[in-house]
This record gives sequence, structure tokens and C-alpha cells, in this order.
Amino acid sequence: MEQQFSSAQLGMWAFLLTEIMFFGGMFGAYTVYRSMYPGAFQSTTHYMNVTLGMANTLVLIASSLTMALAVRSAQVDNQKMLRIMIVLTLFFGFVFLGIKGYEYHEKWVEHLIPGPHFEYNVPNYAHQAQILFFLYFAMTGTHALHMVIGAGLLTYLLIKSYKGSFSSHYYTPVEIIGLYWHFVDIVWIFLFPLLYLIGAHLHA
Amino acid sequence: MSTAIETPRSTETLNYLNTKYGWKSWLFTTDHKRIAILYLISISFFFLLGGIFAMLVRLELATPAGDLFNSDTYNKLFTMHGIVMIFFFLIPSIPATLGNFLIPMMIGAKDLAFPRINLLSWYIYIVAGLIAVGTMAYGGVDTGWTFYPPFSSTYSRTYVVAAAIAVFVSGFSSILTGLNFIVTIHKMRAPGMTFDRLPLFVWAHYATSLIQLLGTPVVAITIALLGLERIFHVGIFDPAIGGDPILFQHLFWFYSHPAVYIMILPGMGVINEIVACFSRKRPFGYPFIAGSSIGIAVLGFLVWGHHMFVTGQSMYASLVFSLLSMAVAVPSAIKVFNWTATMYKGSIRFETPMLYAFGFIGLFTIGGLTGLFLATLATNVHLTDTYFVVAHFHYVMVGGMVLGYLGGLHFWWPKITGRMYPEFWGKLSALIVFVGFNFTFFPQFLAGYAGMPRRYHAYAPEYQVFNVMSTAGASVLGIGFTLPLIYLIWSLFYGPKAPANPWGAKGLEWETSSPPPTYNFDTPPVMNEEAYNYSGDDTGVHVG
Ligand SMILES: [Cu+2]
Repeated sequence: MEQQFSSAQLGMWAFLLTEIMFFGGMFGAYTVYRSMYPGAFQSTTHYMNVTLGMANTLVLIASSLTMALAVRSAQVDNQKMLRIMIVLTLFFGFVFLGIKGYEYHEKWVEHLIPGPHFEYNVPNYAHQAQILFFLYFAMTGTHALHMVIGAGLLTYLLIKSYKGSFSSHYYTPVEIIGLYWHFVDIVWIFLFPLLYLIGAHLHA
Repeated sequence: MSTAIETPRSTETLNYLNTKYGWKSWLFTTDHKRIAILYLISISFFFLLGGIFAMLVRLELATPAGDLFNSDTYNKLFTMHGIVMIFFFLIPSIPATLGNFLIPMMIGAKDLAFPRINLLSWYIYIVAGLIAVGTMAYGGVDTGWTFYPPFSSTYSRTYVVAAAIAVFVSGFSSILTGLNFIVTIHKMRAPGMTFDRLPLFVWAHYATSLIQLLGTPVVAITIALLGLERIFHVGIFDPAIGGDPILFQHLFWFYSHPAVYIMILPGMGVINEIVACFSRKRPFGYPFIAGSSIGIAVLGFLVWGHHMFVTGQSMYASLVFSLLSMAVAVPSAIKVFNWTATMYKGSIRFETPMLYAFGFIGLFTIGGLTGLFLATLATNVHLTDTYFVVAHFHYVMVGGMVLGYLGGLHFWWPKITGRMYPEFWGKLSALIVFVGFNFTFFPQFLAGYAGMPRRYHAYAPEYQVFNVMSTAGASVLGIGFTLPLIYLIWSLFYGPKAPANPWGAKGLEWETSSPPPTYNFDTPPVMNEEAYNYSGDDTGVHVG
């Protein structure tokens, strides 16, 4: 059992390494283009909804806390608290996705989806800004997809916990799904300043 | 000796093959040995498919005129040859079959750390393979296996997205295999099986798995972005909006150069085992061979720019990439020297696996050294996109990995199937493969050096002599690859029963019966001696 736990943990860490490289490709592309087109990229921050982005950041940090508390509850065998914390984490996850969906809708209304209908009112940057928005949707979209998968995993945990599968002797899935959840949160912690904040003050 | 208590066995004892019957017992198995067999069958299919594409390419090139296929069909043929051979044969070849079968046995474990994930990775591979085959059946793809934009994103009129999805999906199979191996090697080793006693085959797979874990996700996301770009007609590689197609090449080769080492390191691992066994000696310089595997894996991530010397990347970048590419020659050469030194004063036996090992060492050396020509900036400019490059990587991929794969398959065939293959036919086909291989690919060095470009279905008549030789050689090579298919299958039914350790080899996998029981060992093994203790108990000499 001990070996199973440490194997599962190492497996999850290895998987997260893969995930870092997965997102790393996009962060790399972002870095390249940001240095190629600093002006165009800076101009896009004007179209990002910093308030909602900030709200989402807080929501995710809160969800990380409840996730950590869920693991703790499993460790000390507090079944009721475990369920409450999983439900809270799920709740925060859905709040995040809801806000994100609203932001996407805003972009749609403002014609900021890359493609034939893309409109940008800074004429010099009309082309290059599309690259940023492509990256914005690719990165936040991939992140949101990870959130959806995370929500699925949390639901699985919830069902399992109602069946009484977890105890202070066995909480491997709670722990490793927790690792995954924290990782997805951390990705957002990097996405938020890169996409929303850098240079935003210049438009005040 | 390592202590696995040998129980006398009758010939019909239970083993992993006969404990359960029926297709369900195979398709829902979590036994790493059965999954290895599933992989073996699937990759053999793709090897055959990729081989057929190769034969068609060689047929077209027998004459200078583009007479057999039109240029579009030809483009599809070499593209599908590349995609099938790289993503569906070479990358899974040794790791997913021999690695899957042997790693748990070599470290004295019952199975991999995550048996169900192991099965999942096979299913992912099959889904990817079906998508690939479907793509080809519907008309294929013509971008070359490298999917360079803007041709792939904008101009190609073939099924690029479907092919990209196939490659994307197959990547996850590879990642899961690598992840499983890493955790297994860390967590499942038998008592006494310390890292400095690990078989070098396992070290090679550890290095391979690191690449799979760190490189594959990058190409996955790159290909995903390319697919999005093609579907929505806008994206980050699109020059029309200021995007940079060269960025795709950077991201692509960041994985695909290390992927070359996914396709050679496991082969090197096999050669370590074979050379030690058939020279009756402990591998010379064990720590250096193990370390050079890791060295190759790490350096491999720092050399991708050598594919882009003529793209207009910064000259300083090219210089650094050139230097680092040459640095890879150091750990590679360490391996070659160590294999040679292992054989020195060994009592060498010339059975089939050893013949393949000889072939590997010679051909890999040529493949590696011609890599230095290509890593040198000045010669690279002349040789880029010529047949010299084609010859170079086939010397490494076929002369190296495929020979390593065949050698390993013969070496462990008795363990895997419990049957001996016919030695005469084994030796004969190893010889045919070696001759056919050189016949096929050596002329390509000459053609490329003389300036023949790759990826055209027609060429200037002065290159015909090289191409006729190459096509003739390919037919010989084809026979060499077909023979093992026939006699290995024959041996399943008519081959003599194999003893537990037909080669007198060292290693835990030889201490259990052939074929092994479902949980590999009747009693959990303990490793209480150095790896490769070929010096025997009589002398007590332990080198290293
Ligand atoms: Cu390379």
C-alpha cells in the first residue's frame, strides 16, 4: 500500500512534468511573439477584462485552499469535511469556468475571435494582435479544458467518498488529484499576469 | 548467483501464455507481457505498411522519369512512409515490446507500476493507428512527416488535420509508456537491485522515458496549434498576419530531434545486453555506458537547431547548435568504444543476436559519423535536403534501431515465446539484412553528395546508377525482413522448446522459466551480486 501510494505520487509528478512541457510550448510561442511585437501585444491588454481576471484568480486560489483542506480532511478521517471541501472546490471550479465563459462571450461580441471576423481598432496592429488573441484562446482554452477534466476527477472523488472509499489509511486518489488541481491553478497564476496585466497600466 | 529458487518444471507448467485463453483475456489483460505481445503484433503491421510505402517509393525512383506515380501521389507515399515508420513503428518499437516485456522482469518486479495505464497506452496507440490508416485510406497526406507550415496549414489539399490528430493521439501513448517506465524503475526494483546494478537495457529505457515525458508534449501542442490554424484559417504560424513558420520548426524539432534518441537509445540498450552475453564479459565501463544514455538524452534537447541551418536563423545560434550537435558524438562514441572494448578478449559466439549487434555497431558508427558532416555548418549547407541526409538517418534508424530491434527480438524470443527460432535461418537473414541494407542506403550517400535532392519523384539521369543500386538493395532488404516474419511464426508451432536460459546469459529475466509465469517469478527475486557477473563464481573477479 505504501509503495502504491508513493508510485502514484511519483507518477502524478512525472505527469505534471509532461504538462509543464505541454503548456511550455505555448508559453514559448508567447515569449517569442511578445518580443517580436511588443507594441501589438501591449495594446491588447486594453481589451482584457482585468476585473474578471482578478476575480477568477481569487476564485482559483480559494479552490486551491479547499482542495488542500480536502486532502487534510481525508488524512484525519473527517468524512463530512472531506465531502464539503470537495463540493466547495467543485463549486469554485464552476464559478471560474462561468466567468471564463462570460469573458469569451465578451470577446465574441467585440469581434476579437481570430479569423475572418476579427476587428481591431488599432490599425497598425490589426494583424499582429490576432496572434495574441489566438494564443489567448489557445492557452486559456487548454487551461479551461484542464479545469473541466479536474471537475470530472473531483466528481469521481465525491462519488468515491460517499462510498466511504477514503480514510486516513487510504487517500491516494485525493492526494494525487489534489496535486493535479494545484498544478492547474498555478498555470492560471502565470497566465493571468502575462495575458491581462503586463503593460495594462500604460492605457490608464 | 542471484537467488531465485528454481523449481523443477514440467514442460506444460502454467505460464503467462496458457493461464487464460480467449480474446478477452488478451484485450483486457493488464499483464505487461501480454501487452508487449499486443504491441508486437500491432507494430509489425505498421512496419509492413511502412515497408510497402518504402518499396513503392524505391520503385518510382528506379528510373529518372516520374513514370510510375505522379508527383502528388509520390509526395503522399514518402509522407506516409515517414509518419508510419516514425510514429507507429520506431518510437514504440523496442520500448513498447521488449521494454514492456523485460523491464519488470529485469528489475525483479511482478509488473509495471501502472498495469492498467499500460493497457490504456496500447488502446491509445491503436486509436491513433486507426486514425492514421483511415487517413491513408481516404487519400493520405503529402506534407512530409514534418508538417511544415505554411504548406501544411494553408496550401496542402490533403488530409493534414486527420494525420495531425493521429500523431497527436499517438503521442499520449508514448508519454504514458515513458511515465510508467520511470515510476517502475524508481519504485518496483527488487531488493538489492540498486541503480548501479540495473541492466544497461533498463538505463537506456530510463533515458528514453525522460525524453518521452519531456519532449512528446511539446510536439503534441505544436501539432495541435497547427491543426487549429488549418481549421480556423488563422493562427500563430501564419505569415499573413505576422506569424512565423520558423517558430513551428523550432517547436517541432525541439521534440523531433530528441525523438531520434527515443528511436536509438533502446536499440543501444539491446546491444549492451547482447554484446555482454555473447562475449561472456561484463560490459566494459558500465557507469560510462549508463551515464552516456542520460547524457545523450540531456544533450539531445539542446541541438534541434541543426535542422534549421538554412532557414535564416541567427548565425550565432547556428554556431552553438553546430557545436552542441557535435558534442552528442561524445556519449555516442563512448558507447561504441565500450562495446568494442567489451568484446576485446571476450569469448565471442556468433549466434544470430550477436550478428545483429555487429551490424548495429558498424552501421550506427557510419550513421553517427555522417551526422557530424551534417552538424558542420559549411558541409550542411551543401548537403541539406539531399539524399545524404536520407542515407544518414536511415543508417541510424534502420541500421541502428531496426537491427537492434531484430537482434533483441531473436535474443529474447526464447524467453517471450518459450520456443527456439531456427538458428540457420536467423543467421542467414541477419546476413541478408546487412547486405541489403548497405546496398540500399550507401549509394544514397553518394547520390546526395553529388547533389541529388530528396523528396522528388523525378531526378536528373546522372543519378540513376545510385538509384538502381538502391532499389535493388531494397528488394534484398525486403527479403531479409520477410524471412524472420516467416520463421519466427513457424517457430511458434514447430520450434524446439526453449530452456530457461538458452544463452547462458546473466540477468533476472533468465532466472525464471521460458515463457515466464504470469507474475514473472515463482518467488520474489533478490539481487545480491553485481550486474553482468560473467566472470563466474570461480574467479571471483568483479570489474568496476
Ligand atoms: Cu536532429
